[in-house]
Amino acid sequence: MTPSDTHRAVEAVWRIESARLIAGLTRIVHDVGIAEDLAQDALVAALEQWPESGVPRNPGAWLMATAKHRAIDQLRRRKLLDRKHAELGYELEVQQTAMPDIDAVIDDNVGDDLLRLVFISCHPVLSTEARVALTLRLLGGLTTEEIARAFLVPEPTMAQRIVRAKRTLAEARVPFEVPRGDEFAARLSSVLQVIYLIFNEGYSATAGEDWVRPALCEDAIRLGRILSQLAPGESEVHGLVALMEIQASRLRARTDQSGEPILLLDQDRGRWDRLLISRGLAALERAENLAASRGPYTLQAAIAACHARARTAAETDWSRIATLYDELADLTPSPVVELNRAVAIAMAFGPTTGLELVDVLTSEPLLQNYYLLPSVRGDFLAKLGRFDEARAEFERAASLTRNARERELLLERARTQAAASGSPA
Amino acid sequence: MRFMAIVKADKDSEAGVLPSTELLADMGKFNDELAKAGVLLAAEGLQPSSKGARVRFSGDKRTVIDGPFAETKELIAGFWLLQVKSKEEAIEWIKRSPNPFPGKTSEIEIRQVFEAEDFGPEFTPELRQQEERQREQAAANASR
Repeated sequence: MTPSDTHRAVEAVWRIESARLIAGLTRIVHDVGIAEDLAQDALVAALEQWPESGVPRNPGAWLMATAKHRAIDQLRRRKLLDRKHAELGYELEVQQTAMPDIDAVIDDNVGDDLLRLVFISCHPVLSTEARVALTLRLLGGLTTEEIARAFLVPEPTMAQRIVRAKRTLAEARVPFEVPRGDEFAARLSSVLQVIYLIFNEGYSATAGEDWVRPALCEDAIRLGRILSQLAPGESEVHGLVALMEIQASRLRARTDQSGEPILLLDQDRGRWDRLLISRGLAALERAENLAASRGPYTLQAAIAACHARARTAAETDWSRIATLYDELADLTPSPVVELNRAVAIAMAFGPTTGLELVDVLTSEPLLQNYYLLPSVRGDFLAKLGRFDEARAEFERAASLTRNARERELLLERARTQAAASGSPA
Repeated sequence: MRFMAIVKADKDSEAGVLPSTELLADMGKFNDELAKAGVLLAAEGLQPSSKGARVRFSGDKRTVIDGPFAETKELIAGFWLLQVKSKEEAIEWIKRSPNPFPGKTSEIEIRQVFEAEDFGPEFTPELRQQEERQREQAAANASR
């Protein structure tokens, strides 16, 4: 192998092994920052030695052994330094850390350590941005540069964010453990939130952007799948994986030639990825079998599944979607959920019912500047033949959206209403 | 990126010789590792060509030929579909597979799956690499 071949092989091994390596090391040294440094040292050693010696048969074990030796060296040096300071009469706060039983780290603990690493990376003491950055770095194996590019910030800013996150965890003495009891559900929820945030960042990336951004969808799905293996009994984990896989199945169909977004109902379903859909449906089934009632991610996945199962837009089971939105509105009520529910009900039971529901929402403060509200209302009015009112709503919606193409589409619909009512545009 | 890893057939797989319990267990463990890493999309074994068929296309003609097929070297016995970030990652994973035909020399071929990238038909892996080089060059220039 040429040096650059080996370099690429080392990178690949890093992607496969780094999270477990860092997790195992964190358990030894009780600090994610130090653990990551040790892991990085091992990576450097690999880059130096493997071009000559070749990639070892068990690269993970090689990296772990190398990192452990470094850890022992560091501890010895620190003890030596402490002793020297004591000899010189310096008063230092000597940490009463007994030399950890490094050789006692058994591989069986790998899964547990990885789960601990997931929870610590998403700890509530950190801001959401910090959690996202740390998760992508420690668990996703992304470089700082890649994460910076993914979130459109300069690299030094992202580097600082990560450094500060590790320091916050150390200063708060956050324990390296899986939360127990009542705490578990809330903490798991914040992990799922971080993963879904990463996914949505990727999903929102547009054509022609830095490829690192759309790749975030893959990164998020991978993290979700890993978590579903680490915590296989958790319904919402499978729910989130289902949601992401089904959404990702539409990635190829959601933009047109010029990169403009195509609405779900207008997409060419032949371009939907059926492998992802079948995986998503399987994950959804697992989620539903694991809990008495569906959690929010499972509900959203179930809604996405309704679309995925319909071979054409016309075959969509809208009344099922409406029922699912009823459940979602009970769990996580929000004006946006209400709006989506109104659309589903209108599709299932007609625009009059939909309009009644939407009229209630017009006084909702959170939706005052949300262009989809007048857009949806306009749609119902148009279907009921109330053309003048529909036109006014589409014009209002157009004024609220910042997206030029969206505005054009809405103005076009307004013009259609004007033509239908025979009044001047 | 997606890669297909293809297990080439041999005369045993063609004769319908089933994998040993040990191999099945080892393969199961390997597939578990792939799943735990979140990279496994699909993994299947194919039945011998004696149970299969070929459709031959010649102009407008369609001919059906029943298996078995003689050229074992051209046949496949199974495949994995993996979701990974690079060909090297696919290779590193497949190196960890148990030998599909223990005691013999066998091969698993790795091929990249075409993707109609959602960020435009223009953004092929080649262009992606080119963008990487340009970025590196720009970074190098910036520090001069």
